[in-house]
Amino acid sequence: MRPKKAKKIVFKSAEEMPLMICSVGHQTHNLTGAWRNIRPEVDRSKCIKCGICWKFCPEPCIEIVDEWPVVDYDYCKGCGICAEECPQKCIVMVEERK
Amino acid sequence: MRKVMMGNHALSYGAMLSRAQVISAYPITPQTQVVELLSEMCADGTLDAEFIKVESEHSAMASCIGASVAGARAFTATSSQGLALMHEMLHWAAGGRHPIVMGNINRSMAPGWSIWTDQNDSLSQRDTGWMQFYCSSNQEVVDTVIQGFKVAEALMIPAMIILDAFALSHTYEVVDVPDQKLVDLYLPPFKPAIKLTPADPRAFGGLTGSEHYMELRYKLQKDMEKAPALIEETGREYGKLFGRELGLIDPYKCEDAELIFVTSGTAGFTARVAVDELRASGVKAGNLRIKVFRPFPFDRVREILAGAKKAAVVDRNCSYGAGGIFYQEVKSAVYGRPGMPPLFGYIAGLGGRDIMVDSFKEVAADALAKDRAEEEIVWIGVKK
Repeated sequence: MRPKKAKKIVFKSAEEMPLMICSVGHQTHNLTGAWRNIRPEVDRSKCIKCGICWKFCPEPCIEIVDEWPVVDYDYCKGCGICAEECPQKCIVMVEERK
Repeated sequence: MRKVMMGNHALSYGAMLSRAQVISAYPITPQTQVVELLSEMCADGTLDAEFIKVESEHSAMASCIGASVAGARAFTATSSQGLALMHEMLHWAAGGRHPIVMGNINRSMAPGWSIWTDQNDSLSQRDTGWMQFYCSSNQEVVDTVIQGFKVAEALMIPAMIILDAFALSHTYEVVDVPDQKLVDLYLPPFKPAIKLTPADPRAFGGLTGSEHYMELRYKLQKDMEKAPALIEETGREYGKLFGRELGLIDPYKCEDAELIFVTSGTAGFTARVAVDELRASGVKAGNLRIKVFRPFPFDRVREILAGAKKAAVVDRNCSYGAGGIFYQEVKSAVYGRPGMPPLFGYIAGLGGRDIMVDSFKEVAADALAKDRAEEEIVWIGVKK
């Protein structure tokens, strides 16, 4: 899993900023899962653990835990590619209700 | 070693002596000859560099940026439409602080299709954050490429070395080719503080929010403000090693001048012949050739103009709706300062039309006949 404890870096002055515009830390503080309208849910009774969802997730925020695909909802934007590619059709996109 | 060479090859020799490590280019006349010679140098082992053939000038600059990020000294060259196609990547190079050096041969923008000189191609790029050096001899081209890398790498700001099409690009002159050992002494290898390596992976030029963007641009401006002193300091150092000092401006007989011609590029040398002839006929003329346009050498320009009665800025370019671009910059240099002479603006030599000694005499006659600067831009040599 990605290090989620990374903090957002805000420089207090121009002096302490690097001259070149480059990454200086992780962006994992930015929980992009908040953008999601529909969420993928995996039906383990149909899942054959093929890993195709893990392979296609563009984020990538599907991890394989004990052979099962587990969605990291902190970062999943709800694009639905995993549900589209799943050969068993065992991933269903469910509307988020807040 | 003295060699007879054209301006295009002067750029090639400058890049070779600077030990450029990546050369990336797309052919456009007259730049073609710059990279043609460099490709031969790469092929026969004279220059240990990667030569990248790309599909456009946009890609040429993009690959130079990639090379520079990885810590390589990168060089390319272009002209007119090619420079215009690079425009987006010019911002990327300067904004990302990649100290690339590029030769640009001043060639008029189409349409009408033109292969002849004027400065509108490079001056259209003045706000991209690149330093701009306008050369007036092939010797100055070789020397300034080497100095350009030194200043660019010290400040992490890219530099454009500019010369007139044909008047320099295809004109052969005697050039004292600097000794490689001395160049190595003057210009040590490029060692950026941050670079892209597998050991330290980073993303460059990524999304920058409003809490940081402005500081990055502030730093670019502040570092650009350091450039004039650094150009003069490294120019003096160059003079000690090679006998030719490189500066921001190049004044000629300005001390007691009543009328100073302000020029750039090769027109500066023509102006000097006019200065001598005018002085022989009793007119105390002088010439201020502005070599560095970005950063603009405000202080030096003011120092020279302070003693004159009148100054005539001769532009080989035009910002349509405003007038000559050097004229505008010189006006801004003297604005609000006491003791500055009235300025007169002239446009000459667009699209490669010759700027002759007589052109300067026409300028002198016009400027000397007027008591004050007029808003009207005077066109020299146009068929009205």
